[in-house]
Amino acid sequence: MAVAFWILAVVAVAGGVAVFVVDSMARATFALLASLLAVGVTFLLIDLRYLGALIILMMVMEMLVMAVFMIMYMMNPAGLMPMKMVHNKTGAAVIAGTVFVLLASGAVLTRWPERRGTPPADPTHALGLAIMGPKMLVMMVIGVAILATMIASVVMATHRGRYGSAMPDRRRDGEGS
Amino acid sequence: MPELTPVWTLVAYPVALGAFTFAAAAFDTGRPLSRVARLLVQQRRRTLLPDTLLVRVGVAGLLAAAVLAGIVLPLGDVPLLGLDVGIVWFNAMEVCVWGALWLTGWGVNSVPPLVGGYRFIAQGLAYELPHMFALITAGLGAGSLRMTDVVQAQQGLWFAVWMPAAFGVYLVSALAMAFWGPMSQPLGADIAGGVTSELAGADRLLFGIGRYALLSVVAAAAVPLFLGGGAGPWLPAWVWTVLKTAAVLAVLVWARHRFPAVRMDRFMQASWLVLIPVTLVQLLIVGIVVV
Repeated sequence: MAVAFWILAVVAVAGGVAVFVVDSMARATFALLASLLAVGVTFLLIDLRYLGALIILMMVMEMLVMAVFMIMYMMNPAGLMPMKMVHNKTGAAVIAGTVFVLLASGAVLTRWPERRGTPPADPTHALGLAIMGPKMLVMMVIGVAILATMIASVVMATHRGRYGSAMPDRRRDGEGS
Repeated sequence: MPELTPVWTLVAYPVALGAFTFAAAAFDTGRPLSRVARLLVQQRRRTLLPDTLLVRVGVAGLLAAAVLAGIVLPLGDVPLLGLDVGIVWFNAMEVCVWGALWLTGWGVNSVPPLVGGYRFIAQGLAYELPHMFALITAGLGAGSLRMTDVVQAQQGLWFAVWMPAAFGVYLVSALAMAFWGPMSQPLGADIAGGVTSELAGADRLLFGIGRYALLSVVAAAAVPLFLGGGAGPWLPAWVWTVLKTAAVLAVLVWARHRFPAVRMDRFMQASWLVLIPVTLVQLLIVGIVVV
């Protein structure tokens, strides 16, 4: 357990460092993904299997979508040329250093409370109750609203895609291809 | 931690996966062994300034994702890894295929593979939500995310019978997930083979093995999720699992040339406007029945 944790911790930090060292957008994206996956596997280690699997699932999808968008908005064609991954080096270093010192000192200096209670037999079940129990109505409404928004935006975006209308329109048959 | 599984599953899983992968390749290409031999002696193709590391990760990642997705599937009665969130694990591993294809397409630094990689991301965004809802429907019907519990819940009636919409959507998304047949546009002939167009030799061999393994795993996952797992008269559970997996795999292989190619933007519209509502209604019905 401890060995696995330290390996994962090193992978997570090394992945995070690699994001700023490599010179390609694709490598930076996947270095970040490797770092996040190490965090996901750490959750599996502490028996939070649902959260662990979910983190892996979401991070892979998320980083892939992010890779598409990042490369789409970059100045050089498709991002295939090597490029620096850091801008405003001094400012970024100062901000990052300050935040790290604040967080680290907080973690070291805080008096952590004694543990009360024991882990539940089924953490997935307990998690579901904690999130959904009293807030079921809110979660349902928000869930449906988010889904409706996503579907509506996709419908509007695919109305006329790159290759013409997604669905053949007989009235405009002669137009384009 | 997940409960310990018998040692024989360590041997049985690779044997079963290898056999189905080989069978799928044999049915698809006719003479897989001669193709393997040819690819083994073929030279790698060099492109200008490839990102070799990312290509290697992508090509190997496809097979790795397929193998890892399959370890939660019951081999008869017990899986190699009896994870209590097996359905989520299967889903997470199968999404890693997105990364594998995009990396392979990106890394070789050539236009058709790049287009193919992006096509698969678009296709993934289209199939993934209906696919997730279909998986959740099976989990809801069983009241558990563990694959063996899902099998147990189908003792009386297979989920394919009383959740036909979810089963149908699963089969469609299985085609899309394994970029197979009508959904194989990421490897489309119009972009000279797409993701695979610059792969040769050992890379193409490994990619091909990964693809057939993925197809076998998505076919095999339909068995515990919707077809009652190893349940069946007279024969032992593992024989039924093999027979059912072979049947689903045969349907998928057969479907390859039976349907026209699907463009991913049209699939997106059909998927989000038809398949998502269908799966949501199915989910609602199953929810009402279960409660």
